[in-house]
Amino acid sequence: MQCDVCIIGGGLVGCSTALHLVRAGKSVVLVERDRIGAHASGANFGGVRRHGRNVLELPLSTRAFDIWRNMGTLVGNDCEFMPTGHLKIARSEAEMAVLEQWSSFGAEHGIPVVLHDRTSLRANFPWLNTSSFGASFCPGDGHANPRLAAPAFALRAGAEGAVVIQGDGATTVEDARDEFEVTLHSRRRIRAAVLVNAAGAWGRHFARYYGDEAPVEAVAPQMFVSEPVPYIIDAVLGMVTGGLYLRQIPRGNVIFGGGRGILDPNCHRSSPSDRVFAETVGLAGDLVPSLRDIAVIRSWTGVEGHCEDGLPILGPSPRRANLYHAFGFSGHGFQMAPAVGAVLSELIARGFSETDISALSPRRFTGAKSSILAESEI
Amino acid sequence: MRAAETLLRAGLSAALIDEAPLAGGQIYRQPPESLRRPARQLYGSEARKALALHESFSRLRTSIDYRPETLVWGAREKRLLLSGPAGNTELAFDKVILATGAMDRIVPVPGWTLPGVYSLGGAQVVLKGQACLIGKRPVFIGTGPLLYLVAYQYCKAGAEPAAIVDTSDFTAQIGALPRLLSQPATLLRGIWYNAALVARRVPVFRSAKPQKIEIRGRQLVVTFKRNGKSFEIGGDAVGMGWGLKPETQLAEILGCAFSFHAGSRWHLPRCDAMGRSSTEHVYIAGDASGIRGADAAEAAGELAAFAVLEDLGHTVPQTRRQRLLAHLARAERFRSGLERAFPYQVPELAGDTVLCRCENVTVEEVRAAISSWQISELNQLKALTRCGMGRCQGRLCGSAAMEVLAAETGVEISDVGSIRGQIPLKPLIGARFQRKAAP
Repeated sequence: MQCDVCIIGGGLVGCSTALHLVRAGKSVVLVERDRIGAHASGANFGGVRRHGRNVLELPLSTRAFDIWRNMGTLVGNDCEFMPTGHLKIARSEAEMAVLEQWSSFGAEHGIPVVLHDRTSLRANFPWLNTSSFGASFCPGDGHANPRLAAPAFALRAGAEGAVVIQGDGATTVEDARDEFEVTLHSRRRIRAAVLVNAAGAWGRHFARYYGDEAPVEAVAPQMFVSEPVPYIIDAVLGMVTGGLYLRQIPRGNVIFGGGRGILDPNCHRSSPSDRVFAETVGLAGDLVPSLRDIAVIRSWTGVEGHCEDGLPILGPSPRRANLYHAFGFSGHGFQMAPAVGAVLSELIARGFSETDISALSPRRFTGAKSSILAESEI
Repeated sequence: MRAAETLLRAGLSAALIDEAPLAGGQIYRQPPESLRRPARQLYGSEARKALALHESFSRLRTSIDYRPETLVWGAREKRLLLSGPAGNTELAFDKVILATGAMDRIVPVPGWTLPGVYSLGGAQVVLKGQACLIGKRPVFIGTGPLLYLVAYQYCKAGAEPAAIVDTSDFTAQIGALPRLLSQPATLLRGIWYNAALVARRVPVFRSAKPQKIEIRGRQLVVTFKRNGKSFEIGGDAVGMGWGLKPETQLAEILGCAFSFHAGSRWHLPRCDAMGRSSTEHVYIAGDASGIRGADAAEAAGELAAFAVLEDLGHTVPQTRRQRLLAHLARAERFRSGLERAFPYQVPELAGDTVLCRCENVTVEEVRAAISSWQISELNQLKALTRCGMGRCQGRLCGSAAMEVLAAETGVEISDVGSIRGQIPLKPLIGARFQRKAAP
């Protein structure tokens, strides 16, 4: 099979890239080892926030915000996006200082936030516990259904001409003159002028074919869902410390996450940890006391790539022309992926993008280490 | 109970974990003290077996770590996660025997979620456990031996069933006779229940195709077709069930391998004749590895205990072992006869039928999603439609959802997958995890 661009990985990043590239007139083949959105893209928390992000991600995150607001027009499915606003909780004065500092970063990037002290927190969010010190609220951020997003992009991309291959992963990548030759598990071969490595937790493996190193390890964030209860939690919750994140959907289920599940030795699959279960369910009841009386009906995990500095590996390969990396999103992929596809398609089709992603370049691991603040929350 | 008894007799220490407040399982369920009735009244022809089992269990109660009202909500390697009167605890084990039983299998007839509609198992639980009836004039619909047994038990308890609406074909039941003769006593019991129902003039409709259940005034009305004609039967309650399906989520969490079983159209954990699963320290007994009924469950419990003992280097009585194995083989043959006589068949369902009651997903919505998302696997269906995502985690709708998916895509039923089990195996209240215990 011959195409302009071959994308390895059918997560949200790969699917979004496929859609934007076919719209830019490129012929695209996307290969996915399992099912579209089977891993981190489908199993994540579903948070759509700019709030509290590392400033280096803000240009991308801001662009993604605009795409999320128009998701229905872009892919024909709004993916249940709800702009409820995002509330980040501080439990101490020191944590509140972190929020205050971020509010000035936010203002510089056109993201106004509202700071709440203990009193106004109680007045505005009466379902919260009384022990929180304060919080920062970012209107416009929200949440969406991760189980729909990657399939929606893939379906749209397929309808517009992309070839989407599922259940048949890339096994090797080789040079074939100035092109790439990707061999699939089924021995099928794909030749492409451009290769996008969107293999998530497994992206490091493909980067190594061309000597690109990235300190990305597989982790398995753990999620939970409760039985449906009356809809009261009308904002997505996060903590400065990142230990817990929580949202409620209008049908009533409370979805929350925190801690990491157990990875299989080959890092291909994961399963929920019972210890994390006890801790995180306990934390959720501390934060929203009414949750103590309701039942948790399921817990799940998904494998995602976590980079040492908590930032994605995104941009052209420092060593091989026409190779682009977009993996290791460190829990930030769901919100940003729609923009990742837009930016990569601009870089591939036009050679430049107005969105500044230079700080996320794989180049940062070729020489001196950058000193970037890690951030743990999804 | 039989497994525990066998292990204790061999000198092993054992714990028995039961979700119910009193031992006995579903078939030999004991009502609470205040609702005690004579065994003959509770268990009918099986009273002697029930008494024997309860007596032998009460003898070992003091020598076993017995934990009633305790849910196993998860497991990892050689640890079970428990939630019960003692709070949330863990239990380490060397070997575990899963005797997790079975639950009702449902065909979603339009109206099946109305108040007054119960599963057959549920109808039996309230009768045995709480001395209540679902109604004085219930309509029983579905298929399988339980359909006739429950109707018979309701008659004995003073109800007058309005009708039995069996979706299976009488000729299929005749055709299955050779296999059913493998357990003549059980077959005879079935024939006896039928005869007793005829004697009480309970109308029985075979080869029926249920259309809907509606509330009309104070009645629940079941509409069904038979030989092209439409019938309506009214009653004050409906009990429905299409046989049973094993509860296998714990086996799945423990890593046991499964294979598709064509007769029951369900995925069953792979076990040898003694009950050894593919996971070294996990054994499965009774209906949990395939529906064979109460007598076989006693045999399988003892055999699974024998397997544990053998694997720990003990010797087990060979003649007893052989006899139990032969018993199970007959039960297996009987089961294949039952599967032929009372097959699980999901007819073409009306679009507005609720398929998943927890998440209120209709057949129509599922069909539309299958075609627009190009769905071919059950977990994918769950992710995109929420069918099977609710409180029961697909226990009730899983079977029918598999059938709808297979019919809609043309994929073989064996290849559409099954809903993946996750912890907690059943809903767990958040308060159980609070670090500061409530006063």
